[in-house]
Amino acid sequence: MKEIRWHGRGGQGGFTAARLLGMAASLSPGYYVQAFPSFGPERRGAPVLGFTRIDTKPIHDHSKVYSCDYVVVLDESLLAVVDVFEGLKADGIMLINSARGGEAFTASGRQVYTIDATGIALAVLGQPVTSTPMFGAFVGATGLVDLPAALTAVDMTLPADSRAKNREVVEWAYNELRRKINA
Amino acid sequence: MSNEAWEGRRAFISANDAVSYAVRLCRPEVIAAYPITPQTSVVEKLSEFIAGGGMDCQFINVESEHSAMAAVMGAAMMGCRTFTASSSQGLMYMCEMLHYVSGSRFPVVMMNANRTLAAPWNIYGDHRDSLAMRDAGWLQVYVENAQEALDTVLQAYRVAEDAAVRTPAMVCLDGFVLTHTYEIVNIPGQREVDAFLPPYAPGENVLDLANPRSLCISVAPEWQTEFRCQQQAAMEAAKGAIARADGDFAAAFGRRWGGMVEEYRCEDADYVLLGMGSVMGTTRLVVDKLRAEGLKAGLMKIRFFRPFPREEIAALGRRVKGIGVIDRDVSFGNAGALYTEAKAALYSAGGASPHTVNFIAGLSGRDITKEHIETMYRKVMNAAAGGAEREIQFAGLRWEEW
Repeated sequence: MKEIRWHGRGGQGGFTAARLLGMAASLSPGYYVQAFPSFGPERRGAPVLGFTRIDTKPIHDHSKVYSCDYVVVLDESLLAVVDVFEGLKADGIMLINSARGGEAFTASGRQVYTIDATGIALAVLGQPVTSTPMFGAFVGATGLVDLPAALTAVDMTLPADSRAKNREVVEWAYNELRRKINA
Repeated sequence: MSNEAWEGRRAFISANDAVSYAVRLCRPEVIAAYPITPQTSVVEKLSEFIAGGGMDCQFINVESEHSAMAAVMGAAMMGCRTFTASSSQGLMYMCEMLHYVSGSRFPVVMMNANRTLAAPWNIYGDHRDSLAMRDAGWLQVYVENAQEALDTVLQAYRVAEDAAVRTPAMVCLDGFVLTHTYEIVNIPGQREVDAFLPPYAPGENVLDLANPRSLCISVAPEWQTEFRCQQQAAMEAAKGAIARADGDFAAAFGRRWGGMVEEYRCEDADYVLLGMGSVMGTTRLVVDKLRAEGLKAGLMKIRFFRPFPREEIAALGRRVKGIGVIDRDVSFGNAGALYTEAKAALYSAGGASPHTVNFIAGLSGRDITKEHIETMYRKVMNAAAGGAEREIQFAGLRWEEW
């Protein structure tokens, strides 16, 4: 089973990203999927979490996620207030929305990829909503689902009037991550 | 959304959405509801279905849960299939009307998003709300995941409306852990559901202007006992209806949930945990781990709390060494509600008396971890081996080693 934790601030779409990945994985008949938010009242701007579990067997676990294969941070300012590396496995992968390179975070001892998701979101969406660029970057970094499934998940999850631009965002972030990994 | 878009689909939806799709498939004619977290999205989605023309149903916005239940009772009196949903404080406010509906034998189906009761106030999940309604005369069933939630709503109408039962049913989902968790759910087709669930036939329990009669009546002490005896008989009859619904459902849809209870790896088990709802999923993983270590662990998922599976628990008691009961509730001054009832059932097990321990856990959304569950099994084994164990324990107390 792969367990993924998404860090965001209320309103940035952390749980939307967790659901997009779940939706993309659910399109593959061989996958079982769970996605859930950090439970409770929704508070704009406060640190919030989203979780995705993906397995090739039915998922019976309804306890919280304590150990992660991947962690995604939608807002770099969270690093100052939350230990985003907590529970990330030694061979796990961290993905951070940052204009800095991954080498800025090597003190963690984990594999870290970065992408300027805010820049992509502002360029295409005109708003700093980083759920879809970080989702695209995640797909590019991990290959857990393929790009066509990711784009279909956007179509099935987001409101009709925002789909085209968010598909563009996902594809942009996906390609940028692929380039970084292949560089 | 047109029917073709979602019928027969493998959907990735929350358990609340799964309930909404299930209710839509059951074709209720009247829904009355008042919002409360974590139930709200169920009735929001149903109102969207109705507003979009996808459901031929009247949605009544009411000013309180008490009125919601009164409104669906009125509709049920007219022979309508009905639905409502609530949670926690809302269910408490509904309490008076729950008794009116069950005593008048209207097969209303409701969903309860299990949430703790104030005070201390919060919105997270445990079973204290629905278990406080134990004696309201409603069938109560607890589910483990989103698919079971959908399937159980379909079965609940079948059982509640059974001519020998005619008793309302409450389908209970753990707040947030189920209601707000997205899983893959197979949504059946309308034609298959129509074949499984025929239209509601109220028999004589309906207002008919051509043939006036009184419903929801007053009776004198000389008759009240006979009414109560019939309610008890209807609950006992529900056990058979539940088994039939499970069998017919399996034949129609290929999924079986076990009826009153589901046993997992119990056939040769020595140590069994009982519990209700989502924690039983996590417990399966612990059973598998302990089995891999050679320990004979199993679990019994209590699906129906009313009627209570006395016979199943007594039969289990005759063949195991130790039983632990997980309660996401506590009846202050005694023990967990499930434990109290399970222990009473074991008393009728014919001389067998396995060691029992009650674990109060998962109160108001506190996570029940796999480590906690494994500790519960080890404590049951210790008790069965004659070791010292307190009979009633709060799992994972922060001032105790656990």
